[in-house]
Amino acid sequence: MSVRHAPRPAPDEIDAVFAGTLGSFRLDIAFRIPGSGITAVFGPSGSGKTTILRCIAGLQRLAGRCLIGSETWQDDGNGMFREPHERRVGYVFQEASLFPHLSVRGNLRYAARRAGVAPVLGFAAVVEMLGLGLLLERAPAALSGGERQRVAVGRALLSQPRLLLLDEPLSALDQGAREEIISYFEVLHRELSIPMLYVSHDLAEVARLADHLVVIAGGGKLADGPVGEILERLDLHPTAERFEAGVVLDARVAAHDPRYHLSRLRHHGGVITVPLVEAEVGEAVRLRIRARDVALATRRPRAISIRNVLPGTVVEVSEQPNSAYAEALVDIGGGRLRARITREAAADLGLRTGTRVYALVKSISFEHAARH
Amino acid sequence: MSAALWPPILLTLQLASVTTVILLAVGTPIAWWLARSPHRWKEAVAAVVALPLVLPPTVLGFYLLIALGPSGPGGWLAGLFGGRSLAFTFTGLVIGSVCYSMPFVVQPIRDAFEAVGDRPFDVAATLRASPWDRFWSVAVPLARPGFVSGAVLGFAHTVGEFGVVLMIGGNIPSRTRVLSVAVYEFVETLQWREAHLLAGGMLLFAFLVILAMRLLERRSVRWRP
Repeated sequence: MSVRHAPRPAPDEIDAVFAGTLGSFRLDIAFRIPGSGITAVFGPSGSGKTTILRCIAGLQRLAGRCLIGSETWQDDGNGMFREPHERRVGYVFQEASLFPHLSVRGNLRYAARRAGVAPVLGFAAVVEMLGLGLLLERAPAALSGGERQRVAVGRALLSQPRLLLLDEPLSALDQGAREEIISYFEVLHRELSIPMLYVSHDLAEVARLADHLVVIAGGGKLADGPVGEILERLDLHPTAERFEAGVVLDARVAAHDPRYHLSRLRHHGGVITVPLVEAEVGEAVRLRIRARDVALATRRPRAISIRNVLPGTVVEVSEQPNSAYAEALVDIGGGRLRARITREAAADLGLRTGTRVYALVKSISFEHAARH
Repeated sequence: MSAALWPPILLTLQLASVTTVILLAVGTPIAWWLARSPHRWKEAVAAVVALPLVLPPTVLGFYLLIALGPSGPGGWLAGLFGGRSLAFTFTGLVIGSVCYSMPFVVQPIRDAFEAVGDRPFDVAATLRASPWDRFWSVAVPLARPGFVSGAVLGFAHTVGEFGVVLMIGGNIPSRTRVLSVAVYEFVETLQWREAHLLAGGMLLFAFLVILAMRLLERRSVRWRP
């Protein structure tokens, strides 16, 4: 990765390159993101998300570069490094970080007084936008978790940031408070032009808020791009497991069929046909089958385009309360599949533990077992 | 109350007040450095600051006597102001008391700075507060319980010192005869009534200080978020 000869990003782009070691953890990452909207930095715990934000804020120093549009915050090529208080950055920490010795108003004024630039966002506007009016005279200790995070966001905004960094701002909150704060983020997203970098390990959150996505794991970047594009591709990756229920099956390549561009895979329950895989016959592969790609039938369907019809037995049916859906776990002889069906279908077919069914698998993703 | 009681009381209060102010001014940067610096020798420095906790006061007083005397740096300093020595002077007592009471001020302030943690400083830095600004707007207010404990302990400890004072200050009425020395003097000269009054007063004072400290500690627990 070249630090020295990189072209300057487009006027509103954010360009970050960091490499270095912290204890036994190594971060090596480079990404360039749009200078507006919300970019999510997504990855499992311990993958380096927070470190990236700390480096951008200047709270931590690793070798690299950090360009925010026309502003240079760090450029090791020129030996340039701005101290954190010389960067127009807003930082909302994971847990409430309000100054306990100041009231809500005091916390907000602390930021406003030190902003150093003519305010684009006024005190009253921020208080209004985040609904802080009734909280102003309260002490941080007297606020709920959600209220504290709202104040922390308001305080960061009043420092008139060029870039807003949000480090898992919902992780310390209960479900109700999360929902409330998310809706405030949606307001900010709509009304402000400040770019935001939003760290999260929750794909549902990312899918809801972000325009752009940087996926990281183990201190490196896996993918980045517009959120829709990346979410599709995430289905290929185990980091998405929390987002899409499914199962993983281990199988071996039994044969290739070059004529139809197919491969036959053998697993304990039988043979599965998939589009041609790049693996030798006999090699182990790992399949990922998402619950929403599995349908169930109580009789073997005939004249159907779906190739993978696997006989099995229902192990368990779990209905999801307050939704249209139920999930059935089906034993296909040595392996299990999850099927996401409607509760109505489960009732019509009379599915219960022990029912003989045929699992119809619409689509399969796979990766080499060796990669795990 | 006998007129002989007042000079040592006033002198003691004066000595303890001056000493406490100097201790806060000198001890705070030391406590800050000990709390925040990653320097690997800092525990050695902390040990030097803490020496008076372990050393017999007479040993500390002996070294101070040499340092403050005509052939030590104290004597050289006194020479600048037309004196010969800092030993047996009020200034000498203040210097001795500062050394002696230093750990009682530095330790609580250091603990308080450490209890603040990094987070508030990171927050302040991202809100454009310079390091100096962060110290005054975040560190000092958040470490306030430590400052209060340090000041009370430093003051009380200075009031109670005896060995060091006797070694470097002697027993000169209205100049170096402080409370603890006066009690000793009254007992030696069999003035039991005066000795009782001073000793009883000290007992009450010590009780009130310790009680105040306990109450402050309980308040400061609530202070933490």
